[in-house]
Amino acid sequence: MSANAKAVAHNDDKHADGHAHDHTPGFFTRWFCSTNHKDIGTLYLIFACFAGILGGAMSMLMRAELQKPGLQVIGNGEFLNNLMHGGQANPGQLWNVLVTAHGLTMVFFVVMPALIGGFGNWFIPLMIGAPDMAFPRMNNLSFWLLVPAFLLLLASAFVGQGAGTGWTIYPPLSSTLGQPGPSVDMVIFALHLAGASSILGSANFITTIFNMRAPGMTLHKMPLFIWSMLVTAFLLVLAVPVLAGAITMLLTDRNFGTTFFKPAQGGDVILFQHLFWFFGHPEVYIMILPAFGIISEVVSTFSKKPIFGYLGMAYAMVSIGFVGFVVWAHHMYTTGLGVDVRVYFTIATLVIAVPTGVKVFSWLATMWGGSISFKTPMLWATGFIFLFTIGGVSGVMLANAGEDIVLHDTYFVIAHFHYVLSLGAVFAIFAGWYYWIGKMSGRQYPEWAGKLHFWTTFIGVNITFFPMHFLGLQGMPRRIPDYPTAFAHWNEVASYGAYIVGASTVFFVFMAIYTIFAGEKVGGNYWGEGATTLEWTVSSPPPFHQFTTQPIMK
Amino acid sequence: MRMKKVPHFRRIFGGLAAFLTAALMSTPAFAVLGQPVPGGLGLQAPGSPMKVRQDAFFNELLLPVAVGICIFVFVLLLIIVVRFNAKANPVPSKTTHNTMLEVVWTLVPVLILTVIAVPSIKLLFYLNNNPDTQMTLKATGHQWFWSYSYPQNEGVHMVSLLVHDQDLKAGQPRLLTTTNPPVLPINTNIEIETASTDVIHSWSVPALGIKLDAVPGRINKTWLRIDKVGTYYGQCSQLCGQGHAYMPIEIKAVTKADFVNWLHQHGGKTVAEIEADIAAAKAKTATHGAPPPAKEEHEKKHKK
Repeated sequence: MSANAKAVAHNDDKHADGHAHDHTPGFFTRWFCSTNHKDIGTLYLIFACFAGILGGAMSMLMRAELQKPGLQVIGNGEFLNNLMHGGQANPGQLWNVLVTAHGLTMVFFVVMPALIGGFGNWFIPLMIGAPDMAFPRMNNLSFWLLVPAFLLLLASAFVGQGAGTGWTIYPPLSSTLGQPGPSVDMVIFALHLAGASSILGSANFITTIFNMRAPGMTLHKMPLFIWSMLVTAFLLVLAVPVLAGAITMLLTDRNFGTTFFKPAQGGDVILFQHLFWFFGHPEVYIMILPAFGIISEVVSTFSKKPIFGYLGMAYAMVSIGFVGFVVWAHHMYTTGLGVDVRVYFTIATLVIAVPTGVKVFSWLATMWGGSISFKTPMLWATGFIFLFTIGGVSGVMLANAGEDIVLHDTYFVIAHFHYVLSLGAVFAIFAGWYYWIGKMSGRQYPEWAGKLHFWTTFIGVNITFFPMHFLGLQGMPRRIPDYPTAFAHWNEVASYGAYIVGASTVFFVFMAIYTIFAGEKVGGNYWGEGATTLEWTVSSPPPFHQFTTQPIMK
Repeated sequence: MRMKKVPHFRRIFGGLAAFLTAALMSTPAFAVLGQPVPGGLGLQAPGSPMKVRQDAFFNELLLPVAVGICIFVFVLLLIIVVRFNAKANPVPSKTTHNTMLEVVWTLVPVLILTVIAVPSIKLLFYLNNNPDTQMTLKATGHQWFWSYSYPQNEGVHMVSLLVHDQDLKAGQPRLLTTTNPPVLPINTNIEIETASTDVIHSWSVPALGIKLDAVPGRINKTWLRIDKVGTYYGQCSQLCGQGHAYMPIEIKAVTKADFVNWLHQHGGKTVAEIEADIAAAKAKTATHGAPPPAKEEHEKKHKK
């Protein structure tokens, strides 16, 4: 494989040398009318970075508020209240708006754009030996739908009272009964646009992966990152339309007199929860599967070994995707579901731990016997494996309907999903960033800075989220701006942890800017023998149009 | 029945279970029943047979298994870091398959999950076995307070409002204390019904191991039995708008005799009076669903 690939690299380098042959378009055409998968990937990453800074700033405000009992930041006349509503907002509503915006931002505008739009766009064509995505202009549309979606979400906070519904937008709280005013309508449109963006992007990914692989790259020879993107794209195509349907019903309930979710007129509020979580649970796998893909590539590269149990790894993701569609009601154990239903959902949910375990053990087995260089991407990957395990086992605890009665909607749940998302998916984003930034920009990050960023974040996130397990076990409910005094201790600790992460992230942003503009220049394959996928056969950054001669896999 | 199994878990997980249980139980040494403990690490001390079973399942099975798996993965990672870093092991092995190993790491988790699933489902059925109940408490969620009625005793009805910081008496926990808590007898099978007049709320009392959503258009039911006399606190556990943090739940559990006395002193409220109560409470909580800064705090700020 690599011998052939090298021949191709030679070919491409020639093109890269003479940039005139690339016909790179002018600035406006290149970035605003882009049809190049790498440029669109870059736009997605920049977008996710901006959204991440905003979503992270919201976390900082939330932790500042929760640092002490009482109202510090959102109270009348306090900082955020002054900023948003001239000091006159209802603090409770302001808090709920903050919680909602943080959740929706992180899910739809940070993790998904970074992992799927960013790394997916960049590396699907490069890894399968394709010149670009199957539908380049649709690719551009996918990205540009996301921008107005995010603007709608942000603007909704400044219109009327804001959308204080939580990211789950359960009616009747999200109906006109709970949230009169246009904010929730704007959030619904934001989700419609973001959903359309995802569906278009997924159709593109699926078509590209199925039809544009280099000759010889059978499905069972695809890199695991490509497998992860394929499964993710299928989940998106199947799950997002259900969300779109549910929020459209909510929209017509709010504006056109329908009664899908209005009990007084024969509707059912629980129906919305079923529809939402039928989307919402696959959605959490949509966020973590691409992370699995990245971690697999990173672990294999730095261990200088092929991935252990490749087929098991690929089909573990397929089965996680499949089972992910039949476990949704484990988010609804306290809504009054019948006992038999809960027995089923308990067992189905526990089953997911099996393919997840296969993945963790396969990563460990890949590392076992390897010759591992613990460069920054590998540190993030190692951190991912350990922290994802913690988030995984707390998920197994929550899967039990009888036990979940105690833990449901407490901080234990917050701890659980931040361990798998904030410490899982986000660690994978950073692993991917450090792994590929040299490839994407042609310049390498300073190793010491990457390591410093990793260790400060690793320590910070654990100080932030581990104590939340204790708060949850003690019964602290989610989504409250003020809490009984007994919860003060661990909340204070968690806030300090969050500030460490915040500082670390600011450091990362400056370091990223330095890397992109002044980092050390690197060659095509700067990770050496362990990096065997096709993106390492082209120059760094790759030529504007790569693989002018099709690579052939043995 | 499940309680007999407890020593069985202990045998399996040996010292770990004992250690964790000791670590988590050490906090309630100074615990007050029915409310969170400052700096507490584990579950609140149980006040009901449901919670006793949930605690046993969590502390003696789920937690040791979870911690065991995490330690296992952590130890493997440590070994990998020490033995297989580039310096210690310059030549990587080329092993990529081991069917036996892969079968083992698929089947062992299945076994562990089976060990978890059996008691889990037993617990679930216990929580839902709906025994003969001797009385009913109906909790109705409103934005932003709970009202309670005793359907078998007409005219017994109360509205539980948050006691604001400036009105708290010594020993009353902040954001948990209510103006008018419902009273329940101990050692009695009680049916709990939840309902809502507006959005979804959730009626939750951690120490009693109960959490049940109050859903508009539905009446949810479960059962409860309280073991110990005391005051049990909880908070609304489903986001319900601006006053979500300010609609606490408080239950006074008393002996059966005391309960009968209490019942005699209450009641007799007409439907009109009950409706007036609720309307008044709605008016009070609507203006400060999220309460304004407590008076003295407000004054302090202005003095500054």
